[in-house]
Order: sequence, then structure tokens, then C-alpha cells
Amino acid sequence: MKVRVQLFAAAKELLGQDSVTVEVREPATLGDVRVAVEAAAPALARTIAHSLWALGAQYATEETPVTGECEVALIPPVSGG
Amino acid sequence: MIQLTEHTIETERLLERVRNRAAGAVVLFLGTTREVTAGRQTVSLHYEAYREMAEKHLAELEADARRRWALLECEIIHRLGEVPPAEASVAIAVSSPHRAEAFAAGQWLIDSLKRDVPIWKREQWADGNREWVHPGLAEAPTPSCNVDEAVGEITSER
Repeated sequence: MKVRVQLFAAAKELLGQDSVTVEVREPATLGDVRVAVEAAAPALARTIAHSLWALGAQYATEETPVTGECEVALIPPVSGG
Repeated sequence: MIQLTEHTIETERLLERVRNRAAGAVVLFLGTTREVTAGRQTVSLHYEAYREMAEKHLAELEADARRRWALLECEIIHRLGEVPPAEASVAIAVSSPHRAEAFAAGQWLIDSLKRDVPIWKREQWADGNREWVHPGLAEAPTPSCNVDEAVGEITSER
């Protein structure tokens, strides 16, 4: 299935696009999506190592199951305020 | 109430909204763009949010603060886009019957916001450079940096 991952801040700037779509085999977890994104966009590897993941606009662990309809986002270290 | 806005934060109107006849204290915190950081001059800060998640998270922070302290009113506003020096990027205003709750809630709210809410700032330096602020993630590797070097750096930081 295809999973679209939203990108923000430095991650978005590194790729020059606000999302990356990857193919993962079902059943998949966020960890599988991470591996697929690292393969599709090696430039993000370092950012990913320091980032968290969000599923359905909430922080989620890499064990969390993912379906194609899920809203997935890579959350690099935040700096609001 | 929580809000993300592209416009200047109007602090007078914000204070009006948290004023309350039962309140003995109103605390307003403003986070403002600092012109000089570690000797470097900032022209402006640019803020970006994962809007849907940030709004959800800010609403949860407000609800948590109201559960933890006897607050009468609680307002959180974060500005997005360009914020010039001395202007506010974030405002937190709370009112309570006594000052201890208002100070404690205000401190907890800004600390929690800075730690958890998916909002990012990018420095526009006076020397022309721009860089996203990602605590713990130092300078982005140069394009010539290979994957092995990148992995080595990450391991050493951890």
C-alpha cells in the first residue's frame, strides 16, 4: 500500500517537498514506514534519527499499525514559542 | 481558547478576554523575537506548524491546565509566519482567584508548549543565512556527507 508522509521544517526543506509517498507491505507499522522513507530519501536519515512520528495528528511509537488512510507525519525536534 | 494566527498578537484584546470578576490575578506571558542570539543578529523568525496537530495539542494543554489549577480563563495564541524582533510569537494569558495558580499554570503551559507542540522556528540571520531550529539536531550535513558519516555523528551524539 502507499503511505503519504507529511514533512515539516528542515525535513521539508531538505527534500524541497512537503510530503513523501512510500510503498510498504501490509500489515505495516510506523517502523516499516520509517525504513521505507529512509530508503526513498537518504537525505532525511539524519533528521529521522532525531525525529518523532505522528499518526492521525498524534505522537505514536514505531510499533503502531499503519493503514493507507492514516495521516502520517515526521516530526523533527520542535522549536515553537 | 487556543489559536494559531498569521497576524500580530493583540495583547490588549487578549487581556480583556481573560479578565474576570472572580479573578485576583491575571498572568500574561509573551515569547518575543530576540534580536541577538549567541552574538548573531536575527532579522526575523519564521514559524511553521503542523496545524491540525498543533491545534489539537494546544487544546489538550489548555484542558490539562484547567484540570490542574483553578483557572478562570486560559488563552494560548501562537503566531505563524514572519515575526520581527521584539514582537510576540506566543502569548499565554491566564486568570485565577489567587496569583500562585496563575503563575504556575502560565509557566507549565509555555514549558509544555515548547517541549511538545509541533511548531518550528527558522532563524533569518542578518548575514543572510537561514536555518531551522531543531534542538538536538545540529547543523544539517553538507551534500557531500555520506551516510556512514551521518550515522557516526548520530551515534556519538547519543
